[in-house]
Amino acid sequence: MPIEVHKPGLSTTVQDAGRNGYYDVGIPPSGALDQYSLAAANHLVGNAPHAAALECVYMGPEIGFTEPATIAVTGADIPPRLNGEERPLWESFPVAAGDVLDFGFAKAGARAYIAVAGGIDTPVMLGSRSTYKLGGLGRPLAAGDVLPIGKHSGDFAGRVVPEELRPALSKEVEIRVVMGLYDHVLAPEGRKNFLGSIWTLTPVADRVGFRYKGSELELIERTPPFGAGQDPSNIVDAPYPIGSIQIPGGVEPIILHRDAVSGGGYMMVATVISGDLDVVAQSAPNTRTRFVEISLDEAMAARRDYRQRSQRVADLFA
Amino acid sequence: MTANPTSARYSWGGDEHIFVELAESMSLQANFRAMAITTSLREQRPDGILEICPANASYQVRYDPDDIAPQVLLNQLQEIEKQVGDAADFSLSTRIVEIPVLYQDPWTTETLLRFRDRHQDPDATDIEYAARINGFSSTEEFIAAHSNSPWFTSMVGFVAGLPFMFQMVPQEQQLIVPKYLRPRTDTPKQTVGHGGCFGCIYSVRGAGGYQMFGVTPAPIYDPDQSMPDFEDFLVFFRPGDIVKFTPIDRDQYDANIKQVEAGTYRIRSRPFDFRLDPFLNDPEGFNARMLEVLRAD
Repeated sequence: MPIEVHKPGLSTTVQDAGRNGYYDVGIPPSGALDQYSLAAANHLVGNAPHAAALECVYMGPEIGFTEPATIAVTGADIPPRLNGEERPLWESFPVAAGDVLDFGFAKAGARAYIAVAGGIDTPVMLGSRSTYKLGGLGRPLAAGDVLPIGKHSGDFAGRVVPEELRPALSKEVEIRVVMGLYDHVLAPEGRKNFLGSIWTLTPVADRVGFRYKGSELELIERTPPFGAGQDPSNIVDAPYPIGSIQIPGGVEPIILHRDAVSGGGYMMVATVISGDLDVVAQSAPNTRTRFVEISLDEAMAARRDYRQRSQRVADLFA
Repeated sequence: MTANPTSARYSWGGDEHIFVELAESMSLQANFRAMAITTSLREQRPDGILEICPANASYQVRYDPDDIAPQVLLNQLQEIEKQVGDAADFSLSTRIVEIPVLYQDPWTTETLLRFRDRHQDPDATDIEYAARINGFSSTEEFIAAHSNSPWFTSMVGFVAGLPFMFQMVPQEQQLIVPKYLRPRTDTPKQTVGHGGCFGCIYSVRGAGGYQMFGVTPAPIYDPDQSMPDFEDFLVFFRPGDIVKFTPIDRDQYDANIKQVEAGTYRIRSRPFDFRLDPFLNDPEGFNARMLEVLRAD
């Protein structure tokens, strides 16, 4: 039992690549919101890319090690400190029994990933170790928690992900989306404003969804169909794709992320492409965001680029 | 898109989802088509399918486009849609489920009183308001209308294990109640709620916008899988379950809760093969037969 949680941070959870196959009964995939940074952290410590690690948001935890281990921190620029001394991000380093890891203030990005050689070895629930707080599958860490680590062998300290393979963390981002779903409920002017204006991320940004402020969008004149509800933005409750953007009442778009509510009655107008969900994950409140429309073919090309980039990280340590 | 009312509308949901709207309006027919198509897709289960999610009048598929090309999957879904047609031949192997309800219970009453500022009618309770706007002269009459006919589970989701239920009566008899003006931040676990034309049971405590009519002692979600109904899976409800609400009094509620605490409580349910046409041709006769199946033995 080599990890003890002294202070849990703001909301630190165990996450891996997530679970599939239960969204039809309302259990979302969960898993690391920034999958690229999770995989990179795992590669740095010699784990399989989908192994479970700790995801922390805005503020890191303080944890103590009761056994020697190799760890790495990736994702947001939240500087790790070992026994008070700053350590680099995107590099693996050894820790000794009795060492304490904590974090400085976040400088850029929102979510950091702490991987430990062997992986966090909490119980597998529905095929994954990922925490899904709303459904009571695991919970955020609390002071006094003790986390088991899986078996590992080999020395992985000193591995580095080079600068060009680290994600840019910016306060101004472009998120690529495929329009569709119920985008016909937007009036032409509303559609133009959705894609043309700058949206500011509000503090309402968690694993379920990210809410943005900006202009009010014009909807077509419409009597909602039977069963939909009264508001012009209402639809008969329908499934929500992961990454879909809904706009209740035509104001404050919400991007659903990997702990999404699986369905509901608000029109969705677009879906963030899977790779750019990492960019959403690293958006801190006040991030200025533009939604950029791309075609499905362009989305497939972006997916190939994302895969190649992930493969380059894997190849560094193959 | 075509003008044919039985033709579905297909849309890409990013690079990993296909979203399919079978009808804009809610109806049992649209829901049954969603069930039939997703059941057929489950049987075929092409490689690369991650999630198959039937919903009220729509469904979605999440897939890995590295394993199955988007256009290939789209063609396959359109082919299944054609084969299913109006789903008249489709027989759904499902269950009839009895859910006991303590209407106007102390817990939802306490909760609704805390959120009167978000409600259409701050001087009435949710059930008084629902009874009035649906033309009933008393809450007792409303409870009778709510519990006398069965409900079809048209979708499971929002949060883990929450059933959306569509009342199996002609549209003009369906109970219609708007959602709260602004959602509550709290809803007791196992609240029996209603929004628009849909009934629901809140599987976990949390935010919610549906009107609250009562509470069931029956757990419907058990992440620890400690109860007998949850030995195989942590979620009780499946799309297609047919639900009969049965009013109970406080003594019965307390007795059921004792069984829950002792780990012996079971929801009464019976297997049932459901077809749409026999029901639509004679809803009352069909509902009576379903109740016989539920009560048999």
